[in-house]
Formats: sequence, structure tokens, C-alpha cells
Amino acid sequence: MSVVAKKHRIALTGNEAVAQAMRQIHPDVVAAYPITPQTEIVQIFSSFVSDGLVHTEYVPVESEHSAMSATVGAAAAGARSMTATSANGLALMWEILYIASGSRLPIVMPVVNRALSGPINIHCDHSDTMGARDSGWIHLYSENAQEAYDNMIQAVRIAEHPDVKLPVMVCMDGFIISHGMENVELLDDKVVSDFVGSYKIDHPLLDIDNPITFGPLDLQDFYFEHKRAQAEAMVRAKNVILQIGEEYAKLTGTKYELFETYRLDDAEVAIVVIGSTAGTAKVQIDKLRSQGIKAGMLKVRVFRPFPYEEIKQALSHVSAIAVLDRADSFSSIGGPLFSETRAAMYDAEKRPLITNYVYGLGGRDINLAMIEKVYQDLLEIKDTGKLKQYVNYLGVRE
Amino acid sequence: MALNLKELASRPERFSAGHRACAGCGFPLVIKMVLGSIKEPIVAACATGCMEVTSTIFPYTAWEIPFIHNAFENSAATMSGVEAAYQSLKRQGKIDKDIRFVAFGGDGGTYDIGFQSLSGAMERGHNMVYVCYDNGAYMNTGVQRSSATPRGSHTTTTPAGKVGKGKQQYRKDLALIMAAHGIPYVAQASVGDLVDLARKAEKAFNVDGPAFLNVLTPCRLGWNVPADSVRDIAKEATDACFWPLFEVENGKWKVNYKPKNKIAMDDWMKQQGRFKHLFAPGNEDIRREIQEEVDRQWEALLKRAEEA
Ligand SMILES: Cc1ncc(C[n+]2csc(CCOP(=O)(O)OP(=O)(O)O)c2C)c(N)n1
Repeated sequence: MSVVAKKHRIALTGNEAVAQAMRQIHPDVVAAYPITPQTEIVQIFSSFVSDGLVHTEYVPVESEHSAMSATVGAAAAGARSMTATSANGLALMWEILYIASGSRLPIVMPVVNRALSGPINIHCDHSDTMGARDSGWIHLYSENAQEAYDNMIQAVRIAEHPDVKLPVMVCMDGFIISHGMENVELLDDKVVSDFVGSYKIDHPLLDIDNPITFGPLDLQDFYFEHKRAQAEAMVRAKNVILQIGEEYAKLTGTKYELFETYRLDDAEVAIVVIGSTAGTAKVQIDKLRSQGIKAGMLKVRVFRPFPYEEIKQALSHVSAIAVLDRADSFSSIGGPLFSETRAAMYDAEKRPLITNYVYGLGGRDINLAMIEKVYQDLLEIKDTGKLKQYVNYLGVRE
Repeated sequence: MALNLKELASRPERFSAGHRACAGCGFPLVIKMVLGSIKEPIVAACATGCMEVTSTIFPYTAWEIPFIHNAFENSAATMSGVEAAYQSLKRQGKIDKDIRFVAFGGDGGTYDIGFQSLSGAMERGHNMVYVCYDNGAYMNTGVQRSSATPRGSHTTTTPAGKVGKGKQQYRKDLALIMAAHGIPYVAQASVGDLVDLARKAEKAFNVDGPAFLNVLTPCRLGWNVPADSVRDIAKEATDACFWPLFEVENGKWKVNYKPKNKIAMDDWMKQQGRFKHLFAPGNEDIRREIQEEVDRQWEALLKRAEEA
């Protein structure tokens, strides 16, 4: 593949990389409120505003509820608009998340994953964004700072695509990615601004010669049709995500799809993961492979829309699967990724045995030994043909 | 030329007939006066509440200007986003028109659940007008108390009963709180005096920065008064000094109207079903205290205006 764009390799934290992406995307309005571990994003972006590097109108709101409310107002007005948050901040936005997606506003929001209170905790898990999984937003997850950066830039195009018109969350693990320093390859500013293009919505509020009423009361006679159309947009989003991924690959040489597979093609046992844990798992998989164990992995990038058909195809040859959830749904039958994956595998011709591990809540470390333990369990399941239990808790004192 | 009703009536309608507010409802007048007060284009927002649900039933709308409703507690925050978008696009040369912004909210959406969002937007200094149509309760959900409900009023969450005497607390003085934000313009107005209301709206739109208007807007259902009496009841609220008309321009307080013959609170309250229980024997003390509080507030207001 010929790579056209020049890249600049520099050491950045995930937060810095996302803030750089925001600077290059150059939104018209950013309304945001600080919360650990997202805070640096708003601080760095504020300094871009203060140094005149962006023309963005920065609205330092008094809460996340107002952050999302103002972002909705700005996006409806006809401005490319963003905010950013974590955990409790996302929870405070909840009501307006649904209004943003129901109003089909292409807002892009980085979310730095952090455990939801209570008890209060500032470290990584996915309980915040997983809780918002049915809010009608597209969810893109990142394994590292590079992916967070690349996802941000693609998210703008995905959100604003005429077939989609839905808001996008770009999720990255709190501290592990947000504060970890890595080598990140940035594109030229011009390349990014050409890639994202200019913001257009069909009926901006500020088009005063063509007044529209935005956010009307929608009763029994129309609400359902609007929701049906929204559901359809989410279905269409899948192809758009793939298209934009290909376009981005032409620019950078890195291809983004719905998920990434690692040594999965001939795997007999596999794990399904989201986020930075995939990096740790890759190391462990290489070790196991050197011992002759056919271990593999599927790392979910796009959680909404959920790529059930593709996941089914990618995993149906595997004998035993462990789904790793960095969030509990307290349903008594495991985490959200487990439910979705298990449902996707229901139609597989030869249904693999699937088990669930809830791990890493509140920032609890996940290490190679723990992932090795998961694969050992999977080998036992494969050999005996039996699941001991659906839900396991990994790395917790029982 | 100073605004008058003839001039207001001659301006193009920005809020059309055919909305579904109750007969005798006050807020359509508030909208008309506010939107008619200037000729420049206006973008409006509104909180969830009676105004929103009666004026925007999809696929119809009574708003002839760009309008946005987001949720109950965020009319001010939403409008601050719209205004920020305008500032940004104007700076970039993508818009050249002079556009004005107004956010509406009922007293529930303003004094209570939207209070933080309002305070934040005013403190940040957005160039917008916030108009509270204060009907003294959550009317849309069936007349529940708010912090704007006056003491003694029956509501469905402060019902008059064998022991209950209606709302126990006095109303919150929101205009005073907004004035304490140090914004360039704060005023109290009423549907009882439409020209005063339009004149204040015009001023509010023309200051540089945020402005706040609190407009008394009786609700015939919630107050339990005849549909054709809403404007009279509002006028008498001012004559009773329960709802003084005043404005605070750059910190300077001015009382716009001093009644020659002050009406007793008893006379104002007894016309309204929501205060009926206060006139049963044994409740004289409550009525006396209500009168004393209204007098105290009026004196305090006169003093603020004098000192200014
Ligand atoms: C977050 C939230 N809580 C509660 C409601 C229910 N609700 C809708 S309108 C309303 C009362 C509105 O009262 P007010 O602001 O005084 O306006 P009015 O209806 O009197 O015009 C309530 C409680 C809601 N829509 N959203």
C-alpha cells in the first residue's frame, strides 16, 4: 500500500494525543468540564485556544450536564462541536446523551474510561461507557494512544456522514492510555483538516431565513418512526466505519476495521477483549504460541454498532472462548461484552463454549499471569468439553 | 421612538396562532412581547414545560423563528451553546448577520432544576436574554410546588388539607439573585403590563452581555381563576406589591411603578382558588405573616432603589 501522508513521530500521552487530534480537527465549539483522568484534554485544549492556535469558541461550562447541553445547542446551530469526559461526568450527561443521538447530531466526544462511583474511584474500567451503550452513540474503543488519535479523526467523518448522523464516543482507558507516554505518529495539520472537511448539517438553527423547530414534542404518531430511522442509521454506520477506515488507511497505512484479530485464524482457544488489555494479551499469546498452544484474540474496536455477524464468522472455528469484561452489568450473567458476544455466537453452526471473566474493576491491574490463567482454563474447557461456570471474576480477593 | 402596542402589533408575527396553550394562558403574550420587542433576527430556546409542549407538537410548530428545545433543566446551557456557535462562526466570517438569542423557561425550569445552568450561563457572560415565565408552580405536570410558589398556595404537592395549609415557605427572590450575578440587566415584569414587558425585553436584547427577565404569568388552572382574569390578576399582583416592576441596570436599581393605592394581599389572594383555604377561620396569622413579608420585601426594594 502506498502511504501518502507524512507522519511525525513524537512521545505523547493518550490525553495529549487526543488534544492534538482536537486541535487538528479544529472544532468550532468545545464545551467541557474537567474530571480525572480526562482533565488534561480540556486543559491542553484551553491552552490551544489561549495561544490562538484554534478559532474554537471554548465554553467553560459549570457541569457536564451543561457541557453536553451546550454541545447539543452548538451542533444544532451549525457548528462542529465537541466535549470530553469520564465516569461521573458521563453519568451526569446521561439524559442529554439520548437527546444528542435522538436529534441526530454528529458530536464527537472522547471518553477517558474510569470506574463509576460508588465507591468513588478514579481508575480505569469500562463501567462508564458500557453503561451508556444503549444511548444511541457509536462507540469506538482504543488500545493505545495511537488508536485514540486515529479514532478521533475518523470519528468526525463517521459521525457527520449523511448515512449516519449520529454522535460518536471515542473511548480510551483512563491512566493506562490517557497518562501513559508512547510514541505516537501524528499527521500534518493540513492532512487532517482536508480529511475531516467542513461541517455541514441539513438545517442549522442559525440559518435564520429558513427557521426550523428543533427538539419538538414527538408523540405516539411520530416518535416511533423517528426511533426506527435512528436504529437504521446505526445499522448503516457499520459500512461507513469500514469505508472511512479504508480511506484513512490510504493516508496512513494503518487499517481500522470493526475489530482486530490477533493470531485468530487457526486458534483453538481465544479471548475477546476491549482496550489496552489487548496489548498485554498479545504478549501472552506469543508466549503460548511458542509453547505450541493455539491461542488467539479478537479485540473489539466498534462496540456500537455491534458487529455480530463478523464476530460470529471470526470466532466460529474456535472451540472455547473467554470474553473479558472490564465492567459488570450486575445482571448475574456477566458483563455486557459477554452478553453481546454470546448472543452473536448463538447462530454459529458449531457453537463454541463461551465463558466470561470480569476483571480490572476500579483500575485493578491485569497482568500476563492472569491472562495465562484464562487460557489455561480455556484449554481445560476445550479438552473436557464442559464449562464450569459462565461468569468468573479475575484478580479479585474472594 | 418608544415602543407602544400599536407598533408592536404592526410587526411580523414571530409566534403564530394555533398553539395549544389553554384559553387565557399568559405565556403566549410573553413570547409575543419578547420576540416583537426588536426587529433583529432572534433564535429562541425553551425548557420542557407548558410552553414547549403546547407550541411544538410535531409536525406542527408555532415558532416562526429558529427554535430549540433540549430538556427541562438546560434551556440556558443549550442557548449558551447556540450563542457560542454564533460567536465562532461569526469570527470565522461564516455568518455576517446580527442575531440575538433568548432562552425561555418556566419557574420550575428556572428557579429549581435549571438554576445551575442559568447561573452558569449568566456568569460566563453569553450574549443572551433569559426569560422566566413565572406561573408559580410546575403546571405542565399538574401544579406541583416550585421555589417560586408563594407561601400559603395550594399545589398538588403542598395540598391544603386537614393539617396542611398549602406551601409553608416564601418564594425565592430570583431577580435579586440574578442581580447578584452582576450582569448588565435584570428586570421584573408582568403580563399585567405588556408595554413595560416589551420595553424591558428590548433593553435586555440591546445590552452587551447577558440579561435576565422574570415575568409574572398567572396560570388560570393552577391559580384557579377565570380564564379572562389572568391579566387583571397579574396587574393586581403589582398593585399589592407582591410582584413589583423593577429593573437593575448595571447594578442600579429602579422601581418602575409605585401603586398609589396599595391593594391588601387578602384582597388579591381571595380571588384565587389556590389560596381559598387561607380564608377559613384559624388561618388569620398566616395571612398576616404573608402581608408582613410582602411589606418587608417592598420596603427592602425601595431602599435598594433609593441607595442606587
Ligand atoms: C429531568 C426532568 N425531570 C422532570 C421532568 C418532568 N417535568 C416536565 S415539565 C415539568 C414542570 C415544568 O414546570 P415549569 O418549569 O414551572 O413550567 P410550566 O409547566 O409551569 O410551564 C416537570 C416536572 C422532566 N421533563 N425532566
